[in-house]
Amino acid sequence: MEGTGLEKTIGVLNEKFEGEVLHAAMLYDFPTITLKKDKIIEIIKFLKEHPDTHYHYLTTLCGIHFPELNQIAIMYQLHNMVSGERVRLKIYLPAEKPEVPTLTTVFAGANWMERETYDFFGVIFTGHPDLRRILNVEDMIMFPLRKEFPLEDQVRDDKNDTMFGR
Amino acid sequence: MVQAPEGVEGAGFFATSLEKVVGMARKNSIWPLPFATSCCGIEFMATMGAHYDLARFGSERLSFSPRQADLLMVMGTIAKKMGPVLRQVYEQMAEPRWVLSVGACASSGGIFDTYSVLQGIDRIIPVDVYVPGCPPRPEQIIDGVMKIQRLVETESLRRRDSAEYKAMLNQYGIE
Repeated sequence: MEGTGLEKTIGVLNEKFEGEVLHAAMLYDFPTITLKKDKIIEIIKFLKEHPDTHYHYLTTLCGIHFPELNQIAIMYQLHNMVSGERVRLKIYLPAEKPEVPTLTTVFAGANWMERETYDFFGVIFTGHPDLRRILNVEDMIMFPLRKEFPLEDQVRDDKNDTMFGR
Repeated sequence: MVQAPEGVEGAGFFATSLEKVVGMARKNSIWPLPFATSCCGIEFMATMGAHYDLARFGSERLSFSPRQADLLMVMGTIAKKMGPVLRQVYEQMAEPRWVLSVGACASSGGIFDTYSVLQGIDRIIPVDVYVPGCPPRPEQIIDGVMKIQRLVETESLRRRDSAEYKAMLNQYGIE
C-alpha cells in the first residue's frame, strides 16, 4: 500500500471531515474511498487545495446504476500529477431523486462530464451552468444507462424469435 | 464502349426516344456523394481505387457537394444524432437523385440494435438499392452501383413529377 496515498488521503480527510468516510480500500491497486454524499464538493475542494494531497486534476466523473440497491453512485477520480497519486471517491444517491451539487465550482472541466452523467443517468447537478444532454439526441425521453430502460431500440421488428429459431 | 439504346437504324441516321438517350447518358455519368462513417467507407475507398475502379462505370467523379451529386451512397452506422444531417444532405441534392444504402448498419442498424443508432436510413430518407454485408466487399458495392445504373437507365423522365413520387417523399416528410 506504500506510495498509493490511500492512508495519507484518509489522514488528510480526518483533519476536517472526520466521520464522512464510510469505506476505504484498495480496489485493483486503486485507492477507493466511499463517502457520505452531503459534503462531497467541500471534500474534493479540500483535497485539491491541501498541500499533502493536492489532487489538482479531475480525471473523470461518472455515474453507476445499482438497481438492486436502488441507488446511483457518482464516482470522482482525482489525480496528483506531481506525485502520481490518484484517488477514487464514491458517493451514493437515491435512484428516485439523484441530486448532488455541481463540481464545476471546483473543476471547470467537470462541466461536460456532469452533462454526460445527466444525459445517461438523469443525475441533477444543482448549480450546473448548462445542464442539458450532450451526447444523445435532445428529444430523447429516457436515461439510457439506467437499467430500467431497455438497451435495444424498440422500433425494430425483424428480431422476433421465429427468425432466430428460438 | 456503351452500347447504343434500341432504335431504328439506317444509312446515316439513328432514331430512338429521348428518354433512352437521357437514360444512357445519366447511367454512365453518375456522380456519387460518399457519406461514409465507418468500415463500409473503407470498402468504398477500395472500390474507388485502381483495383476495383468504379471509374469504369462513369462514377470516378465524386461530388463532395450534395448539390451536384446524383447518387447518395450511405456507408456505415448512422447514429440518431446524425440522422438530421443525413436528411439535410439528401434534401440539398437536386432531382433526379438516388440513394444507395451500403452495409447492414445503413440498411437496418446492423448489429447496433441500441438506443443511439438509427435502425436503417430508410426511416428518414427513401432508399433505392440496399447492399447487404458487414462490410460488403467491393464487388458487392459495384453490384449495388450497377443496380442503381439499371434504375437510372430505365427511369421515366416524368417519374419525378408524378403524384406517386411526391406522395412517397411526403411519407418521409420531405417537401
